Amino acid sequence: MEVVNLIVDNKPVVVKKGTTILQAASEIGIHIPTLCYMKLDDLNIENKPGGCRICVVEVQGRRNLAPACCTDVAEGMIINTHSIRAINARRTVMELILSDHPSDCLICAKSGNCDLQDMAHNLGIRKIHYQGEQSHYREDTSPAIIREVDKCIMCRRCEMMCNDVQTVNVLSAINRGFNSVVAPAFEMNLDHSVCTYCGQCVAVCPTGALTEVDDTGNVIRLLSDPTKTVIVQTAPAVRAALGEEFDMEAGTLVTGKLVAALRRLGFDYVFDTDFAADLTIMEEGTELLNRLGRHLAGDKTVKLPILTSCCPAWVKFFEHQFPDMKDIPSTARSPQQMFGSIAKTYFADKLGIKREDLVVVSIMPCVAKKYECGRDEFKVNKNPDVDYAITTRELAALIKISNINFRTLPNEEFDNPLGESTGAGVIFGTTGGVIEAAVRTAYELHTKKELPRLDFDELRGMEGIRKATIDFGGIPIHIGIAHGLGNARKLLEEIQAGKSEFHAIEIMSCPGGCIGGGGQPYHHGNAEILKKRQKAIYLEDSKKAIRKSHENPYIIKLYDEFLGKPMSEKAHHLLHTAYFDRTE
Amino acid sequence: MTDYRMHILICGGTGCKASESSDIKEKLNYFLNEYDLEDEIQVVLTGCFGFCEKGPIVKILPDNTFYIEVKPSDAEDIVKEHIIKGRPVHRLLYKNPKNDFKVTSATNIDFYKKQIRIALRNCGFINPENIEEYIGRDGYQALGKCLTELTRTQVINEVKESGLRGRGGGGFPTGLKWEITRNVEADQKYVVCNADEGDPGAFMDRSILEGDPHSVIEAMAICGYCIGSDSGLVYIRAEYPLAIERLKTAIKQAEEYGLLGEDILGTGFNFKIELRYGAGAFVCGEETALIHSMEGLRGEPTVKPPFPSVSGYRGKPTNVNNVETFANIPVIINKGASWFNKIGTEKSKGTKVFALAGKINNVGLIEVPMGTTLREVIYDIGGGIKDGKGFKSVQTGGPSGGCLTKKFLDTPIDYENLIAAGSMMGSGGMIVMDEDDCMVSIAKFYLEFTLEESCGKCSPCRIGNKRLHEILCKITEGKGELEDIDRLKMLSDVIKDTSLCGLGQSSPNPVLSTILNFEDEYLAHVNDGKCPAGQCKSLMRYDIIEELCTGCTLCFRNCPVGAITGERRVPHYIDQSICIKCGVCFEKCKFNAITLT
Repeated sequence: MEVVNLIVDNKPVVVKKGTTILQAASEIGIHIPTLCYMKLDDLNIENKPGGCRICVVEVQGRRNLAPACCTDVAEGMIINTHSIRAINARRTVMELILSDHPSDCLICAKSGNCDLQDMAHNLGIRKIHYQGEQSHYREDTSPAIIREVDKCIMCRRCEMMCNDVQTVNVLSAINRGFNSVVAPAFEMNLDHSVCTYCGQCVAVCPTGALTEVDDTGNVIRLLSDPTKTVIVQTAPAVRAALGEEFDMEAGTLVTGKLVAALRRLGFDYVFDTDFAADLTIMEEGTELLNRLGRHLAGDKTVKLPILTSCCPAWVKFFEHQFPDMKDIPSTARSPQQMFGSIAKTYFADKLGIKREDLVVVSIMPCVAKKYECGRDEFKVNKNPDVDYAITTRELAALIKISNINFRTLPNEEFDNPLGESTGAGVIFGTTGGVIEAAVRTAYELHTKKELPRLDFDELRGMEGIRKATIDFGGIPIHIGIAHGLGNARKLLEEIQAGKSEFHAIEIMSCPGGCIGGGGQPYHHGNAEILKKRQKAIYLEDSKKAIRKSHENPYIIKLYDEFLGKPMSEKAHHLLHTAYFDRTE
Repeated sequence: MTDYRMHILICGGTGCKASESSDIKEKLNYFLNEYDLEDEIQVVLTGCFGFCEKGPIVKILPDNTFYIEVKPSDAEDIVKEHIIKGRPVHRLLYKNPKNDFKVTSATNIDFYKKQIRIALRNCGFINPENIEEYIGRDGYQALGKCLTELTRTQVINEVKESGLRGRGGGGFPTGLKWEITRNVEADQKYVVCNADEGDPGAFMDRSILEGDPHSVIEAMAICGYCIGSDSGLVYIRAEYPLAIERLKTAIKQAEEYGLLGEDILGTGFNFKIELRYGAGAFVCGEETALIHSMEGLRGEPTVKPPFPSVSGYRGKPTNVNNVETFANIPVIINKGASWFNKIGTEKSKGTKVFALAGKINNVGLIEVPMGTTLREVIYDIGGGIKDGKGFKSVQTGGPSGGCLTKKFLDTPIDYENLIAAGSMMGSGGMIVMDEDDCMVSIAKFYLEFTLEESCGKCSPCRIGNKRLHEILCKITEGKGELEDIDRLKMLSDVIKDTSLCGLGQSSPNPVLSTILNFEDEYLAHVNDGKCPAGQCKSLMRYDIIEELCTGCTLCFRNCPVGAITGERRVPHYIDQSICIKCGVCFEKCKFNAITLT
């Protein structure tokens, strides 16, 4: 290994060749402030345009200051990270950024969670010496994401996520000079673009320029409406992240407190999306076995691989980008929508109320779910199966607004019948989880044998694309997993080219899966947080008494009482959907 | 050119073409036909002669007669008088402003006397659309020599030894750049010609491409041979249609002659050239931004290293040189490094092309040896300041250069001296200012340009330049405070120190150099509310001198905003709150009754 010797703030340090000044300094505990820079270790995600110029340091013998995040170290470098020249430059640059930024921190959605605000504080900015005109852009509201572009500081993180990671290519820098800003082409609305609403731009935005549509007000209003029965479902990934909003260690499971909080907020029934995840496995797993069976019987018309369809951003992605393949994904609705559909039929019947008087709210780690629940095919007489989807962050806000001391809440249990779930439902929250849950059920349904083991380590991990072969009683089933739409694109292109080796592929839009969703507590570039959430999800699974969807007694009951069997006509009507070509 | 008795060369550069030089050619051919001379006399549309101030230019060979400001209607006289009767058309000759004598030959015109034309050697001599004329002037000889007689290392050493440095502004040694690119191992490399000339008023590269496209093509092929590339790309602004057209024609001809394409001159060397069009963004002259633009990405710079020599176009090693740099190469190979490096100063060899503009008598394109003084350029070649006004400043280096004063007039021009003086070489813009120019406004003008042209990627350039501009506006509007001058200096220093690319690192130069050299003008604006040059409208007022006003109502009737009141035969009055300082009253008044203070 080639090494480089250098001196940072009078301390000698030896690092690998190719290390940046930023990394070298951090190795000896010197944290040079950064703003646009962001790196998610192990996920292959890095943003270093060298644009904000906050991380500039003085390098002896160099004409100008060097951006630490994107300058490689060189032998014998002598670096001063806090010379008067560097500090003055850093503070002046910060003042310039603030001079073109609205100062409405007190009422900004990101207040307290804003990297820019933190940085201004850390740099001790008390006065802006260079005041002047501020840039103004049209605010853009879509079904899921709000762009308040005046707050954009051109860090380009969203652009990197949208283009490099997700390959959606909606956001890019437009205009020149002072008018430069990140926006869709021709500054059109997100709503008119091919945006998937994955929300990864929101997840990484250091300011309040990109936020989710705030539905907390609507939920509060409905909760206080005496004519409505308001029920709630909560997605698996929420329980592994909500605690962070209350200063709990990342990866703390807060399932019981979450239920308690929802009950205190006034929801009439607190249910679990995990139940619907089990239902999804019944439908999707059956569909997989059907297609597989026909394929093995020599049917050439059968479409393989089957692709999972739980993720609304992923669905919108292929509707825009691969409309010719819209008959390949499973037709199974996402767990959120299966839940809504069952709640407003089966459960409303049980309560003896009209669907219009039943309100379904979902708590999601996702901003695309807001868009999904508004899709026309998920409405009956204009009444949506799911009325509102709020993010983990919005739920935290509701809890805070309602004076609930989250940390001291007791652990409570979900209500029934839509609150019982298995470990298979829980792992839907992480990349690899849906397909592992499907394998657990499909294997047993196909082989009629009990699985010798339930933990499929070969399906787990954080690699962008993973492959595994599972032996289904002598038949090798090839499974692919992709998280991040850029990775999904690679697998789709393989299918398009007729080169795909897989029978089934799981796709989740967000890096890490739902645990890294656009609606989760902000990770501020710390990938460790995602890994801890993933660990928590698998921990929850391992503690569950039942870990296979087809063994969920309430699922069995639902089929007995209401649906008949998986893929029945009723199931088809309530639990499956169709996809549309959105290129037209 | 041998079959003809005489040649009539007409400037076919963009400027002269706009002044109907194509019509002149047509008319000349018409009259030559009339008199059955078409087989004896050839009319050639050439590239730029450089003396744009007096265009369109027509030159007769072999006697070297130089006609200026020619109109299509002059064609008949040129044919009848000069060609047939053998006597020059006197009214079209250049008049030496020093003694009012008419000058017949181009070589006796002061504008050309101190010039040495290397990069521009063929501009104004050959028909750029005919490869044979280029070949007739030693064209493609250098390429042949390189491919058949010299090794790659020998050619690179020759270029290194010549001392040639990048003419686009950076001044990086060309040979060294080639060597670095050559030494990187890769399956594919690229030669890129940067023809994204963007400095306001500059047209060096355009003129070379319009007047002598083959010199660039030949040099690119030589570069390709040296670094091991078979693929050249010219990044050219789409606003240069004539240059594009001539370049395309030249590439096609070179291909037809086997000087581009597969197995050039039977040596097994392949080289092709393609064009890539820029949309006119100034920042795309920065090489990383240029490469991103060629890749179809947003034209914005990225941090270096990696330098394009290591990772450039499509991630491959890419050698980027400017048009003028390339145009020097064939001459260096033909005449040798030792010939070339005798011209110029110790660290800056050869010549430099400048686009001379502003308040100067001879606006145009010039090429002078490095080491020529600013005084020689401005007074001897440029013919001094227009209308006999006093010299105030000269701005070199384009929008990010500095404004130099009288005390630098005897500075020999080279890379180091200009930087030491607080300016820079840049790509060759040179704008002369006279006593009527307000230096605060000049700084503001340049900043307006960089403000528009900043890509917006890094904060100091995007926002800092905006703030600088706002402070300058404040000062020119008479609202400035003394602290503003300090704030300009401090902010300028930070912008230079922290910006990502050369644009931001130099954009405050006009501000800093004008404060340094003309601080009294800033102080007059700020402290006294006066613009010494009388340019800042907000600091001026027009008043009517009662004693001189006859009440003729002429000013009243001409004022576009109704700021003037008064009865007939009674002195008038200007309402300062309405006046927009357009100066119409001042011009119209026949009694000198209006003052400007």
